Amino acid sequence: MTKIKQLEDKAREIRRSILKMVGAAGSGHPGGSLSATDIVTALYFKEMNLDPHNPDWDERDRFILSKGHAAPVLYAALAEKGYFPKEELQTLRRLDSHLQGHPDMKKTPGVDMTTGSLGQGISAAVGMALAGKLDQKDYRVFTMLGDGEIEEGQVWEAAMSAGHHKLDNLIGFVDNNRLQLVGKTEEILDVHPVGEKFEAFGWHVIEIDGHDMKEILKALDEAKEVQDKPIMVVANTVKGKGVSFMEGEAGWHGNAPNEEELKKALAELH
Amino acid sequence: MSEKIATRDAYGEALLELGKKNEDIVVFDADVGSSTRVKHFAGEFPERFFQMGIAEQNMVGTAAGMATCGKIPFVSTFAVFGTARVADQVRNSIAYPNLNVKIAVTHAGITVGEDGATHQAIEDIGIMRSIPNMTVIVPGDAVEAKEVVKAAAEYDGPVFMRFTRGGVPVVFDEEEYEFKWGKVMPIREGSDLTIFATGVMVGEALDAANRLKEEGIEAEVVNVHTIKPIDVEGVIASAKKTGAVVTAEEHNIYGGLGSAIAEVLGENHPVPMKRVGVKDTFGRSGGPEELMDYFEISAEHVMSAAKEVLKRK
Repeated sequence: MTKIKQLEDKAREIRRSILKMVGAAGSGHPGGSLSATDIVTALYFKEMNLDPHNPDWDERDRFILSKGHAAPVLYAALAEKGYFPKEELQTLRRLDSHLQGHPDMKKTPGVDMTTGSLGQGISAAVGMALAGKLDQKDYRVFTMLGDGEIEEGQVWEAAMSAGHHKLDNLIGFVDNNRLQLVGKTEEILDVHPVGEKFEAFGWHVIEIDGHDMKEILKALDEAKEVQDKPIMVVANTVKGKGVSFMEGEAGWHGNAPNEEELKKALAELH
Repeated sequence: MSEKIATRDAYGEALLELGKKNEDIVVFDADVGSSTRVKHFAGEFPERFFQMGIAEQNMVGTAAGMATCGKIPFVSTFAVFGTARVADQVRNSIAYPNLNVKIAVTHAGITVGEDGATHQAIEDIGIMRSIPNMTVIVPGDAVEAKEVVKAAAEYDGPVFMRFTRGGVPVVFDEEEYEFKWGKVMPIREGSDLTIFATGVMVGEALDAANRLKEEGIEAEVVNVHTIKPIDVEGVIASAKKTGAVVTAEEHNIYGGLGSAIAEVLGENHPVPMKRVGVKDTFGRSGGPEELMDYFEISAEHVMSAAKEVLKRK
């Protein structure tokens, strides 16, 4: 089996976990989790240097889910990677669970930063990347933002800062699914074109199809070669990717599938 | 009056000393380092000093990220910009994950003076006090300020510290002073009433107490450097002893020291009480001492408040 095929299978398994846990919780954010799945899969199962048995390992690569509402994709990847048992995914958002509605670094093993208030994760990523430079460590810092999220002004403060400090150990992704809670990003507050903006702030920008595993891996290889600039991968994605009735529908931003919808969705992901 | 030193100067010196002893200390500035006095640290340890520009939200988030990597960030700017402007970043990126970031702000309160209301934080203590996991400390003079900075660096968790722009009378003896984390500090014995004071008001309260003595009133003065967690036992003990309380702070009467003391006494030992502070209004331009009089928080006003509570005793 090729590496690409293995990663695609893993991504399908993660999508199934996302749907099952959000279904069990009765709330959560499936749309933006599914659009981010292929990239998160590539990071956790190919790119990042991690040790699930030692989540706080100093030398590990970091991943900060700046679009914290996509917590289900992160939890699914962490469980799949062995940070905690997969069964625990079904406890998402429950009072007795360590899986909060948004990522909590103090409750969930493997979560590198508490996020959920949009625009803040990228700043934390800048801090981790700066610390890496200061300590002359080789780890890299990955962060994922939503295209809706980049409407937050703090993102551009962070972007300016990362460019200024030439943080080539920082690799960002914009999950460019063009939908946010209420509707289309271009109608609510148009952030496009995204790539040109980051370029203007001193980033090396790579634009890809965020569901094409080959393109994702190629972008990650390219990122390794970049010097003196942070890297932003603008990933064109489809919100709700993998489930026909969720794809491209803003309504699935923050709604859980009912039992019937879950069955239908899982049937599409075999 | 004794020598006056701005507590921001003490902060700058203490930070430099800390930097020499602890390599994990890193300092963040938002283009006000010459005023906040972190310039001394910056000059000595340029590799551990991060100039973040006029971008406070990112500064706070970056400090949080660095704290996850074992550093001890001190984030410094003016009190207005280090609290209200970044309240959500402090809440979600620092306090909620309980990260080891120190928020050290200068230019607090109306004694900022001529710059006026936009630069005079009067709600900063209230904002920080209402955020879980946050410790809130307001030193009363330069001697205390230095010890507070050292203690904050040793404590693992978020700490908010508030320093002045202008000179504050030195009330403590450098040789004898001992900072006790989370404990009130009685600094003058008295039996008629207690004046709980914080920050620049510690000196004003002592002045008021000395003048009240001339009128036959014995005021106990208690320095409350740590407003959160408030020393419940210490506050109750003094209120029980004197039976009347005045609070004094260079801050809005809502949300700060007066509120904290009222919460403790209201639930445990109600006594006649009066809060001296800015009366829910914004500041304005003027000289620091003029403003203390204008906003009715100088020693004279502490004295008036003392006489008023004694009538209700």
